[in-house]
Amino acid sequence: MLQVLAKPHTVASPPGTGSVADRIGVRNPLTGTDDSHTHAAWMLRVARDADQKAFAALFSHFAPRIKAFLMKSGAPAAQAEDCAQDVMATVWRKAAMFDPSRATAATWIFTIARNRRIDLLRRDARPEPEDLPWGPEPDLDAEAALALQQDTDRLGAALAALPQTQRELIEKAYFGDLSHGEIARTTGLPLGTIKSRIRLALDKLRQSMS
Amino acid sequence: MIRHHLSDDLLTGYCAGSLPEAFNVLIATHVSLCDECRARLASLEALGGALLESAGPVAMDNGALAATLARIMGQPPMPWTAPARPKGLFPEPLRARVGGDLDAVRWRPVGGGVRQAILPTSGRASLRLLHIPGGGAVPDHGHKGTELTLVLQGAFRDESDRFGPGDVEIADAEVHHTPVAEAGPACICLAATDAPLRFKGLVPRLVQPFVKI
Repeated sequence: MLQVLAKPHTVASPPGTGSVADRIGVRNPLTGTDDSHTHAAWMLRVARDADQKAFAALFSHFAPRIKAFLMKSGAPAAQAEDCAQDVMATVWRKAAMFDPSRATAATWIFTIARNRRIDLLRRDARPEPEDLPWGPEPDLDAEAALALQQDTDRLGAALAALPQTQRELIEKAYFGDLSHGEIARTTGLPLGTIKSRIRLALDKLRQSMS
Repeated sequence: MIRHHLSDDLLTGYCAGSLPEAFNVLIATHVSLCDECRARLASLEALGGALLESAGPVAMDNGALAATLARIMGQPPMPWTAPARPKGLFPEPLRARVGGDLDAVRWRPVGGGVRQAILPTSGRASLRLLHIPGGGAVPDHGHKGTELTLVLQGAFRDESDRFGPGDVEIADAEVHHTPVAEAGPACICLAATDAPLRFKGLVPRLVQPFVKI
């Protein structure tokens, strides 16, 4: 059963937010509250200041979820643990590539975990598209980051509201690391049915976003 | 103006990392050229982010944070570096495969003035570049599986529609088609097939094992 999406601004702030936090402190334009402890702001502190406290906060939220994600893909616990640490080390090293106006921290970390899983399961090589030529904004665009976060929260809620059969197929396609043909073999459903159910689920998600 | 885009099936498989390498390279190349599919891919990645958020957490071992900090110790995060944006016909994911741009391709004739270059990928699907002279045709063929054809230069038509630069034709097992390049400069395409093409004529079928089309 999917849990309702955790909202970053309800997550405890990292201990001892320092002067850097003040510099990139973000005011949520809707609630007027200080959102400098959101995942996006923690990411920026890691990127700019090699802030280990912000990293520790990201670690405590994401590492157990990455481990769960890898275990759902079939990795034994010890291997999932090792890879989750490896993914978080990559989050540290590549933090400067994170652009809060284009992806939430969860989405960006998902792509790193996905790439690690492809290596782990010895899946086929998967080159990335050419990246867009501009870099991350020098300052956190609070409204863009917030809008993106709200979209992702709505997506999480819509996902939780999907009928179970559709949600399971989406989870299988993402976590089970199965092609539609392989899903057909494991679920016993005909390929056409699977494709149409996944399409239906994606359509529902789109409708709930518009 | 790109009119023929990737399907949800293909973008989802690419996003999850479950497709054969040949399809991954073609999709990465198309997304490099197509803002619409880039945006759709970003939304599928956001879905991945939402799935990650909603995954019931599994506790990490004691000392996991310290062990991870030990892995990164002494290495500050890397600075942002501008992505490679090669000037030429091939976007970076394809250029990396070829080892250069159009002038680095090692073409082989396959008859009718058509040339091809097979690019090495995993065995689950094959990837090749096609060079079809203006007005030339690729032999009539059907497929056992799915064939994706991405136009990089020029245009071709077949029984279904016209395909210009950036367009992707998705042909499944039912499609029997004869792509014909438009008159003018050569049509250059990237094609990925997850099963060998099945040619209708006897001669192409005899030749097939040798040209590996």
